[in-house]
Amino acid sequence: MDMKVGKKKLGLKEKYQHMTRGLGWETTYQSMDDVFPFVKYEGIKIHDWDKWEDPFRLTMDAYWKYQAEKERKLYAIIDAYAQNNGHLNVTDARYLNAIKLFLNGISPLEYMAHRGFAMTGRQFPGVGARVACLMQSLDEIRHAQTQIHSLSNYNKYYNGFHDYRHMLERVWYLSVPRSFFDDAVTAGPFEFMVAIGFSFEYVLTNLLFVPFVSGAAYNGDMGTMTFGFSAQSDEARHMTLGLEVIKFVLEQDPDNLPIVQQWIDKWTWRGYRVLTLVGMMMDYMLPKRIMSWKEAWEVYFEENGGALFKDLARYGIRPPKWLDQIEQDKDHISHQAWATFYNYAAACNFHTWIPTDDELDWLSQKYPNSFDKYYRPRLEHWREEAKKGNRFYNKTLPMLCQTCQIPMIFTEPGDPTQICYREVDYKDNKYHFCSDGCKEIFEHEPEKYIQAWLPVHQIYQGNCFEEGVDPTAEGFDPLSAVLDYYHLAQGRDNLDFEGSEDQKNFEAWRGMATKNAA
Amino acid sequence: MQMDLRTVTIKPQRQTFDHIARRIGADKAATRYQEGTLEVQATHNFHYRPTWDPDHEIFDASRSAIKMADWYAFKDPRQFYYGAYTLARAKQQETAESNFDFVEGRGLADTLPAELTDTVLKLLLPLRHAAWGGNMNAAFITAYGYGTALTQPCIFHSMDMLGIAQYITRVGLLLGDDVEVLDTAKQSWMEDSAWQGLRRYVEDCFVLKDPLEVFVAQMVALDGLLYPLVYETIIDNVLSSKGGTPIAMLTQFMTDWFAETRKWVDATVKTAAAESAENKTQMETWITHWRDRAAAALMPIAQIALGAEADAITSEVVDQFNARMAKAGVSL
Amino acid sequence: MSKVFIALQTNDDTRQIIQAILADNPHAICNEQPAMVKIDAEGSLVVRRSTIEELIGRDFDLQELHINLISLTGNVDETDDELTLSWNA
Ligand SMILES: [Fe+2]
Ligand SMILES: [Fe+2]
Repeated sequence: MDMKVGKKKLGLKEKYQHMTRGLGWETTYQSMDDVFPFVKYEGIKIHDWDKWEDPFRLTMDAYWKYQAEKERKLYAIIDAYAQNNGHLNVTDARYLNAIKLFLNGISPLEYMAHRGFAMTGRQFPGVGARVACLMQSLDEIRHAQTQIHSLSNYNKYYNGFHDYRHMLERVWYLSVPRSFFDDAVTAGPFEFMVAIGFSFEYVLTNLLFVPFVSGAAYNGDMGTMTFGFSAQSDEARHMTLGLEVIKFVLEQDPDNLPIVQQWIDKWTWRGYRVLTLVGMMMDYMLPKRIMSWKEAWEVYFEENGGALFKDLARYGIRPPKWLDQIEQDKDHISHQAWATFYNYAAACNFHTWIPTDDELDWLSQKYPNSFDKYYRPRLEHWREEAKKGNRFYNKTLPMLCQTCQIPMIFTEPGDPTQICYREVDYKDNKYHFCSDGCKEIFEHEPEKYIQAWLPVHQIYQGNCFEEGVDPTAEGFDPLSAVLDYYHLAQGRDNLDFEGSEDQKNFEAWRGMATKNAA
Repeated sequence: MQMDLRTVTIKPQRQTFDHIARRIGADKAATRYQEGTLEVQATHNFHYRPTWDPDHEIFDASRSAIKMADWYAFKDPRQFYYGAYTLARAKQQETAESNFDFVEGRGLADTLPAELTDTVLKLLLPLRHAAWGGNMNAAFITAYGYGTALTQPCIFHSMDMLGIAQYITRVGLLLGDDVEVLDTAKQSWMEDSAWQGLRRYVEDCFVLKDPLEVFVAQMVALDGLLYPLVYETIIDNVLSSKGGTPIAMLTQFMTDWFAETRKWVDATVKTAAAESAENKTQMETWITHWRDRAAAALMPIAQIALGAEADAITSEVVDQFNARMAKAGVSL
Repeated sequence: MSKVFIALQTNDDTRQIIQAILADNPHAICNEQPAMVKIDAEGSLVVRRSTIEELIGRDFDLQELHINLISLTGNVDETDDELTLSWNA
């Protein structure tokens, strides 16, 4: 898209500058404070929005052109994948559970990102900042939809995908990712940008999209690989936006530093907790593994994040709080999470299992400091019990952390045999936390976090039964009633992978394919 | 192991997701528009109230005076989800690109009568700010509207407005020889009396709190009068007959865009008004109010190109607008 | 010095782009993973339009990179001719 002014051909930077030049204006018929009502209440001081530097300079015509090309490619693959029964190419049917988690837990966040960036884009008075946010808003609805469209084909054949929108707002573990994003969009525009644009996009999404999606490819899932990398191709823009926001805000006023630092601490911790799910997906749910969670963490968080925070030190930013604990945790959290979902497999819309011997050996090798000592014996014990017909299903509801909403499954820093509990008394109530990080986040904004819709509390308060259900009726089975409220198809969506309908169908369908080829 | 997966015929367990099946029936495959739109936005069990608006939930239908039993009664007749939208725009930008190439390559801008070039710069360039305002208003509905069926076309609209602002910029730079034409146009936007009605209109929209009222003010009334008046009438007819056809080529994107987008706008007006007598009254009140303001604001701008004829032509455009609204079930 | 990286999908379109990046950045290390390649480099990394154009034998707009880009780190500087990634510390 060449462009000229008069006879002179313009360079990219110049061209983009003209395209946005002076588009915005100081309003006079309405006050700027009324037009941009949310831009001051967080205490961030911006003196000159024109100092905003656009890292990528994409005009709308170029945007449409390149994005259309991505979409054409992506949907061609989705169509071919569906027509050719591509789902039968995955390494084994256990893998499907990882993408159930994806559709249920992650795709709805893409949609929330879309709305959140629209809010932020609307509220920022600067032209460059608004354009970047709105472009990201548009990208994020893309991500939500390409994921829904890709995974729609799996839903036709496998369980656990079928009512993801209903489940998102109800099922216990889904409140973890959901409350994370609710937290971000209910914050002001600057905090949202630090939360999602910076902490999540820049520091954490590589962990989700790069090694996990590459793992999907390795497991024969070209569908997920395609939408995953296709979404990620927008991410370079998003990440640079996240970084630009931080630099811009810090350069505008020295008073912004402590506010931003507190947000970075909070949101790195919040995001890190959500990623526990991804750790478990990588270590347990990909039948063929490329990289352990710990290795991915070292590359994408410690190495890249380290470089990033070294770069930001010139603004006075220090690395996020609680890094010492995070450093120890990388040996543990994926195992602790898998054990939890194994326990609560009756109340989940995906299946869990005990890894095979080969897989256990792989984990032993990848986690020499922790796996054999703390986690392998327990898994082997459960396997023995299952063989005897006692597959362990935990029916006691867990206590949840008031902030991250994960059950209290994490251990004390320095002692992997002690569950970590923290509590705070606030206005006649006691609140519980999984960690110092979650406790401190609560203490900073208790009025926000006491509102949390905690799934376990809600069950005990009787808010999680279908209309017309009578909990006082004889033979009332509360767990079953809750699962009905979740729209969970009992015996199909839940329980162990071994013996599941997905397992049987996949085997039968694959059998048909091999026979036909003979 | 050799596998020929294509030859396997498996009976699907289900056709689509349950929330879609509850709406369209379980025996039908859903379209990509349906799966990407219906009930995608969260509605229940929100965790926290917005710190910026504690009186409402994150997504809250009560932000609008328009009441809908089902917010997914709104449908985009273009069935735009992201992929369909982007492909449509990519095609249009290709046309726009070849139009710009054509005009630039043949030096057609230099062949325009000076008076006409001057009129175009005066009329068109300040409109980049109006488009920027449209971008902001559409972003507002995307952010605070209720239900993906309504908010999704608004993010598309918002980015279309940015695209239009950028196309106008290109026209200005092509005709104007120097980037200063942009500064001059901004000065008109800020200070010239001809533009103050429109600027006030746009700024007043910025402080509206009801997403559907913003929709009426921006998409229905302002776009509904501005595009037919400036692009369809002034540029495509009046100026073209005076040798300005190259200009019509450079603004073809806007003409095509409006012809397409109004279908969605009409469908939305129709659905909102058909829902209840209260909605209908509310829509009529808003549309009448914003139509009158928009027509008054556009009049001095029309005069830049039309002089004494502005009055008659603007009222013709208003008549067409009224007829269009009548078809959508709103009598003004 | 910190490392920057750029990750690209591996497909027909990117083979030569990757080649060009490696040619322009002798200090870079190429890391192949399923369906993707991650190129790490100490300090900074530059993607040069002219080198890519030489290899693919046609005009190339650096913004085309976005189609197959997976991720990157570092401060970005993008011009018509070069995309540079770098850390200041
Ligand atoms: Fe995304
Ligand atoms: Fe927690």
